[in-house]
Amino acid sequence: MKHIAFGILGAAALGFTASAASAGTLDTVKQKGFIQCGVSTGLAGFSAPDDKGDWQGIDADFCRAVAAAVFGDGSKVKFTPLSAKERFTALQSGEVDILSRNTTWTINRDTALGLNFIGVTYYDGQGFMINAKKLPGVNSALQLSGAAVCVQSGTTTELNLADYFKSNKMEYNPVVFEKLEEVNAAYDAGRCDVYTTDQSGLYGIRLTLGSPADHVVLPEIISKEPLGPAVRQGDDQWYHIVKWTYFALLDAEELGITKANVEEMKASDNPEIKRVLGQEADTKIGTDLGVSNDWVVNIVKAVGNYGEVFEKNVGSGSPLKIARGINALWTKGGLQYAPPIR
Amino acid sequence: MASQEILREEPSRASFINDPKVRSLFFQTLVIVILFGSVWWIVQNVIDNLARLHIASGFGFLKGRAGFDISDTPIAYTSDSTYGRAIIVGLINTIIVAVAGIITATIIGFVVGIGRLSQNWLIRKICTVYVEIFRNIPPLLVIFFWYSGVLAVLPPPRESYNLPFGSFLNQRGFYFPRAVWGDGSWLILVAFLVGLAMAWFVARTARQRQMVTGQQFPVFWTSIALIAGLPLLAYALSGFPLSFDFPKQSTFNLTGGFQVKPEFLSLYLALSCYTAAFIAEIVRAGIRGVSRGQTEAAGALGLRSGPILRLVVVPQAMRIVIPPLTSQYLNLTKNSSLAIAIGYPDLTATAGTVLNQTGQAVEGVLIMMIAYLVLSLVTSAVMNVVNARMALVER
Repeated sequence: MKHIAFGILGAAALGFTASAASAGTLDTVKQKGFIQCGVSTGLAGFSAPDDKGDWQGIDADFCRAVAAAVFGDGSKVKFTPLSAKERFTALQSGEVDILSRNTTWTINRDTALGLNFIGVTYYDGQGFMINAKKLPGVNSALQLSGAAVCVQSGTTTELNLADYFKSNKMEYNPVVFEKLEEVNAAYDAGRCDVYTTDQSGLYGIRLTLGSPADHVVLPEIISKEPLGPAVRQGDDQWYHIVKWTYFALLDAEELGITKANVEEMKASDNPEIKRVLGQEADTKIGTDLGVSNDWVVNIVKAVGNYGEVFEKNVGSGSPLKIARGINALWTKGGLQYAPPIR
Repeated sequence: MASQEILREEPSRASFINDPKVRSLFFQTLVIVILFGSVWWIVQNVIDNLARLHIASGFGFLKGRAGFDISDTPIAYTSDSTYGRAIIVGLINTIIVAVAGIITATIIGFVVGIGRLSQNWLIRKICTVYVEIFRNIPPLLVIFFWYSGVLAVLPPPRESYNLPFGSFLNQRGFYFPRAVWGDGSWLILVAFLVGLAMAWFVARTARQRQMVTGQQFPVFWTSIALIAGLPLLAYALSGFPLSFDFPKQSTFNLTGGFQVKPEFLSLYLALSCYTAAFIAEIVRAGIRGVSRGQTEAAGALGLRSGPILRLVVVPQAMRIVIPPLTSQYLNLTKNSSLAIAIGYPDLTATAGTVLNQTGQAVEGVLIMMIAYLVLSLVTSAVMNVVNARMALVER
């Protein structure tokens, strides 16, 4: 009975598109000549179109890095904006090749949803933002009992919110929207007292509000939100390319390879740098992965190393001004650590 | 004799392939085989692909803990409830907004539809403008108009409008006192039901008397007295057991009382206004469809314009009105899925969230489709019964 029920709508949703995906994502991508990258509908610092319509942010740059590794050209990416609710179906059905959309890595998504997360490009945690002008005297999330809370549907945020208020024996009215812009508008209009999402997101959203100075982010962080890109299960080659693109960004930073000095670094005496940049004789550093040997050079030329991507999009080079914190390299007391490229 | 024999032999002489009966049987079987074959192929394809992509399947997820909260819960629901219950909450919300919308849209629609045929120039033009505005704007925009244009610009909770009877209106919704029923309040309910039954009996007897003697009886006022008076009497006799829980100002919101959220209000108002425009046109067409001679004949019998409309024109117009009215009711129910744009937790919204949290898209969409199908079929069935009762009975 269950099986009969499946088929009635299944064909359009999954059947046809999925069979195309089985050809091997790398081959499909090379054939069409670009990478289809699933991003958010607009979250400053992670993936949002700028005034020229180009997608900017850590998540967008990550897709450019993968394109640089595959094609040697970071511009061979097409972006698909996805709501939180659409994102997994879009990846499962083969509509996008990478889901790089500030998505939290959880066991459920890694298993039951048929996805493979490749790593954590941004360590985040969920926080709360309130309008301090309208609610003077509120300086802790524990004072929020009875508040109306704006949240995006279909996110881990929505689940953490329920857990947090329940475990602290507090009441709240959820005000739930599907799209980020709708949540922003409702919060700005005063439909709810509190906005909750990942803290990095709160800082980004704060800048888009009518008067950013009125709003404060409360100190509590109520969850772990490791955000990272994901690919479909069952395609190890593609999974490895995307995963090692992330590692290459980190290793480049660790070795001091930047967008500016990558060409001179090629001639470096340091054997490790030479190896990573594919300058050893008879190297197979890239071809074993299914890309060219100078793939790391291409990545760094296209977007820079991880530190550069971070500072440009959410750090000191951006209006968000978020400190590296736990997103610093392991050598500087952070959590970002990559296996060696050798 | 000879000619008869020839006739009888004719079919057997014709070729088997040219026999129309055999042919039609063959083609019907072929169509069925192709239909079932393709359905089977689609089902297999989906099952194989889900398994290959390592995506969980089946309906077992409905028993899992939902973990998210819903803003409007007509039945008991917490984040500890199951996914299945979350979907049911959404379904009930859809039914609530659909039923409320259908009732209101019908009332507005009839008033406006009759108004378009009024002798009064101003009433006629106002009704025309209403129909032309709402009929020509997409329903989503009407919803946004109410949500962002009307309700969102109301004052924040601390500066709520104070309305009579302890009610408040602010951008978080409409708050009014909630009745708290004390001991002995069952008596009021019983009195209400008795009043209802008596009113029905009075109406029946009065009609029979009018049929026999031609004398009229003030049924309307008697019914009002019975339906409202008896419960009031019971209320006094049982020692005034009713008290009210008034909304009060607290840190963030008004607490206590009963809150109608702006999401529901805007969806309900938008669906009502939008569908009413179409119903008005159907009603106008229905009334126009009743021959002018009927009105003139009724006038010749000495009836005034009110009774002519009520007793002669509308009953006949209903026969034309009801079938297209059913389509409008179905449209309203289906348009309620636009709730997702303003965050009202209807079936599409809650089932969509469940779909996303569990990742089981095929099952989730299937549940939604079946739920809307059943809702629509039930609406159609009810309207068919009404239609059968209204249909012209030939004597």
